[in-house]
Amino acid sequence: MAGGTSTRSRRGDGEKYSVLLPTYNERENLPLIVWLLVKYFGESGYDYEIIVIDDGSPDGTLEIAEQLQKIYGEDKILLRPRAKKLGLGTAYIHGIKHATGNFIFIMDADLSHHPKFIPEFIEKQKKGNYDLVSGTRYQGNGGVYGWDLRRKLISRGANFVTQVLLRPGASDLTGSFRLYKKKVLEGLIERCVSKGYVFQMEMIVRARQLNYSIGEVPISFVDRVYGESKLGGNEIVSFLKGLLTLFATT
Amino acid sequence: MTKLLEWVGVALALAAAWALVALDALDAGVPRALREVAWPLPLYLLVAFGCYSLATVGYRVATFNDCDDAAEELRAQIGEAREDLTRKGLKW
Repeated sequence: MAGGTSTRSRRGDGEKYSVLLPTYNERENLPLIVWLLVKYFGESGYDYEIIVIDDGSPDGTLEIAEQLQKIYGEDKILLRPRAKKLGLGTAYIHGIKHATGNFIFIMDADLSHHPKFIPEFIEKQKKGNYDLVSGTRYQGNGGVYGWDLRRKLISRGANFVTQVLLRPGASDLTGSFRLYKKKVLEGLIERCVSKGYVFQMEMIVRARQLNYSIGEVPISFVDRVYGESKLGGNEIVSFLKGLLTLFATT
Repeated sequence: MTKLLEWVGVALALAAAWALVALDALDAGVPRALREVAWPLPLYLLVAFGCYSLATVGYRVATFNDCDDAAEELRAQIGEAREDLTRKGLKW
């Protein structure tokens, strides 16, 4: 079951893309996101691997990941579980350690990020030899699905304030669908201390500070088909705290 | 230099320029007419920036793309994926 790729010639450019999928209770979504990844990587012919970093999900995410590994092969699906929930930054560090690709994709496993954009990220990266390519909901054909007016207003408002205060040179700071050169990601993660939404923001702000080049690809963001997404007062307060911290320290 | 320091620096420079003209801080004999124009200028700028911010955010909220097609496509693909994975032996 090589996904029907044997008839299609591989792109022999020596690049390999490692997709990091940190999961926590994504039993429903993981098979679907993996299926989509295999489909779009297979069709475009780029060399890839998918690294699942499960943080001890009680719903059996790891068990279903093992099944997927049997279906798609141990060279395509790598399992690097951890015993308990330890946060996004360390999940990436943990994943990178085991990544054999020279490029790293990070994305959410909850289907809000669609793998169909992956070839566009790769083409964009090649075109400008960018250090990182960030998906953006705020430009071109980018957008969201499943957001009400309140959610849109908060998102746009927070983005505007951030743009004014930090001038980061990228339109979507809190998005987490990105392609990094492996070395760049390693260097950035070491410097980043924030958690949650702010972590992604800090990554891109520090990238600009270190003079890394940033490309952008418009993406559609389909808010959780399964499970629910939350944006409460707590998230807003911690976002503002994080923003002010970055404002004072970068 | 941090963003905070940049902001403080620019704010101080602007405040100094304003004081020189509006308050004639160095007694340089700034014409009365110019002083009267300069006096309320910070307030005007603040209001203008507020209007610009509201207009920008309002426009961007109004033009925020709703990706209905993307959601529809995803839904169809989820069905396809479930079928294919079940055929490949996945136990959900």
